[in-house]
Amino acid sequence: MPEYESHEFDVIVVGAGGAGLRAAIEASARGARTALICKSLLGKAHTVMAEGGVAAAMGNVYPEDNWQVHFRDTMRGGKMLNNWRMAQLHAQEAPDRVYELEDWGALFDRTPDGRILQRDFGGHRYARLAHVGDRTGLEMIRTLQQHAVHKGIDVFMECTVVGLLKDGDRISGALAYWRESGAFVVFRTKAVVLATGGIGKCWRITSNSWEYTGDGHALALWAGADLIDMEFVQFHPTGMVWPPSVRGVLVTEGVRGEGGVLLDQSGRRFMFDYIPEMFRSETAETEEEADRWYTDRKNARRTPDLLPRDEVARAINAEVKAGRGTPHGGVYLDIASRQPAEVIVRKLPGMYHQFKQLADVDITKEPMEIGPTCHYVMGGVRVDPDTAAATVPGLFAAGEVAAGMHGANRLGGNSLSDLLVFGRRAGIGAAEYAQGVQGQPTVDDAQVQELADGALEPFGRDRGENPYALHEALQTCMQNLVGIIRTEVELKQALEELSDLEERAGRVSVEGHRQFNPGWHLAQDLRCMLAVSQCTARAALERTESRGGHTRDDHPNTDPELAKVNVRLRWRPGAVEVDRVPLPQMPDDLRALFEETT
Amino acid sequence: MGSRITMRIWRGDAEGGEFRDFIATAEEGEVVLDVVHRIQATQAGDLAVRWNCKAGRCGSCSAEVNGVPRLMCMTRMNLFAEGEPITVGPMKTFPVVKDLVTDVSFNFEMARRVPALEPRPKDPVTEADGHYRMQQVDINRVQEFRRCIECFLCQNVCHVIRDHDENKRNFAGPRFMVRLAELSMHPLDTRRRAPMGVGYCNITKCCTEVCPEDIHITDNAIIPLKERQADVKYDPLRRLVRRLRGGAKKS
Repeated sequence: MPEYESHEFDVIVVGAGGAGLRAAIEASARGARTALICKSLLGKAHTVMAEGGVAAAMGNVYPEDNWQVHFRDTMRGGKMLNNWRMAQLHAQEAPDRVYELEDWGALFDRTPDGRILQRDFGGHRYARLAHVGDRTGLEMIRTLQQHAVHKGIDVFMECTVVGLLKDGDRISGALAYWRESGAFVVFRTKAVVLATGGIGKCWRITSNSWEYTGDGHALALWAGADLIDMEFVQFHPTGMVWPPSVRGVLVTEGVRGEGGVLLDQSGRRFMFDYIPEMFRSETAETEEEADRWYTDRKNARRTPDLLPRDEVARAINAEVKAGRGTPHGGVYLDIASRQPAEVIVRKLPGMYHQFKQLADVDITKEPMEIGPTCHYVMGGVRVDPDTAAATVPGLFAAGEVAAGMHGANRLGGNSLSDLLVFGRRAGIGAAEYAQGVQGQPTVDDAQVQELADGALEPFGRDRGENPYALHEALQTCMQNLVGIIRTEVELKQALEELSDLEERAGRVSVEGHRQFNPGWHLAQDLRCMLAVSQCTARAALERTESRGGHTRDDHPNTDPELAKVNVRLRWRPGAVEVDRVPLPQMPDDLRALFEETT
Repeated sequence: MGSRITMRIWRGDAEGGEFRDFIATAEEGEVVLDVVHRIQATQAGDLAVRWNCKAGRCGSCSAEVNGVPRLMCMTRMNLFAEGEPITVGPMKTFPVVKDLVTDVSFNFEMARRVPALEPRPKDPVTEADGHYRMQQVDINRVQEFRRCIECFLCQNVCHVIRDHDENKRNFAGPRFMVRLAELSMHPLDTRRRAPMGVGYCNITKCCTEVCPEDIHITDNAIIPLKERQADVKYDPLRRLVRRLRGGAKKS
């Protein structure tokens, strides 16, 4: 075997968004020799795109708010399929994690009495999102990044992990390559924290960046870990639809939080037609009541424009299908007629500039055209709620790549808080696990060589498949057949197409050499995307009901039996195995929270 | 409905390179990055370019388009006259890695050199719950600085380091003047920091002009830093103290 660059650590964290940075800070603080590995430059991870805010029941705007209400909102938003313990820890710890960011330099928008201001978001009973205009994610990642650089963490930027290494059944390391040079690098480590984010690049219309190729999902799967809930994919109701080049770019839910409303082509507020039974008692029935709610929580109920994202996305989908959409196949999101221009520019500066520059639309004067865009995957690595440990010893996962916290559908704002709460917990979990490992686990050279050889195969082929064309075919398949609305026939067709694509992916060739070669990089990412796409399609086929971010046209109702299980996926050589595992049942004192009348 | 355009993209590495012409189509509403991606997908699979969000929020896709430093994802194709070739090159201030990708490690090194925030203790009376109180009016200016997406276009266009590589030893560049100003105006911070060469800036405001986040780098960050520096350096009392201590010539 050639001599590869090699490093030894206690904990390596893969991914440097909010969860990865928070995990690395914690592991390092607990004395673990820690490395942070990321595909992009530091500070460019997807967290930077988060706009609306971080959900935490601090009660700064509504003192009635507390962790129990947040917990309840989260579980109901997730259609009760969440891991109750994760939802509980999250609701309890989120406020401390936000205040900690403030101690580290974050500057959130303020209330008149100088505390952290909180804004309304879909599915949250009270105004709960700490925010900085519409650039909360940037504030968060910059704060964590600036805090982390002084903590003695080794950062490996523009470095992609291609596979995890094992010593028996436990983790022993990872093989990666430098994007800049294409040279391999071996990490010998006791523990790995996956914080790689999501899988959105498997779809054509997506708010996600190139990095979101399901690397962590695939690495965990290949290493033998369980994935669950992969059928639950969140389509954010409001992505840009025009011009075509920006189709899918996110429009923050904060627009609706600040008073924006959804309209069909004739200017009708259609969301009143789509209030599901579960939320009827707490949702306004008339426009008059909905408008009153922004200032009077006691005597008015919330506007249906702020129902959870799955409900709103389905409603928009139905309106467009019924022929009531806009010229470019979306619906209108109007804030111009709802707020003075000065307020819009101050509260939503990013949105103002985004539409002005990319679409020639002045959102203080005219409505935006929006439609659903693939945004987030609820499913991922099955983890222990308290330690973030996966089912493989030494493997941990936090943030979007981990499953359980959000159940069948995530509430807006719960992602940034998830990153902080479980990033920290994964850091603790990994550092403590590493302390208990005697000596350094053995790295098997044969495993390293096999991974390296596999990664280099595309250079050995001539005139094979173009990775870019394959990626486009994959996106088209997932968009058309595994989108917001699914059927058995289409899912089966998707699985056939995916297996065909997988076979073609075995013939990918790339031009040029190994130095910063995006074609080669995409060829690596494609393997991950194909694996996770298959997981999503398989799980979607297995769940013969509609719930949260999984809607089956051929099974439009919820099935009480399927409310008790998670769909699990495991890698068996050459195939993905699917079965059902029982959902952990919450204790009676928490269950009682759902029996109270609203 | 797409129009045919010629895009002249710099291809090469640290050893050298040249602009090469690609004929491509541009669809309605597209930005420069869309066309670069199309060329990458169909004509030059190994064309190196950084990008992430494609919405002007991450600051990854900085380049020089027709010689002007810009984010490729926020530069609409209809900005350019039809029929004219559009040139796209890497940022000049940083060493080329490959094609449009440059070695920006200088910036990460400078970031490490900025001493961290050192927050004041919480007030036992007004902040008895353990949480700081700050007024919006007191953080507005700092929030402006914290809009920075670290695209490094300001670094790229700054003459001090663009034309004089040796100055990089002494001057951290506009991005870090913004960072220093941010910390010095942060309501919680208590630390005094070295000015990282603010005196080198001769206020040509090029950085302010290229900032995609519209941060008034020169007026709001650099000039206040210079004033503060002048204050420290030319304060008669401090000069006297320095002279008595025998360190008069050092700032």
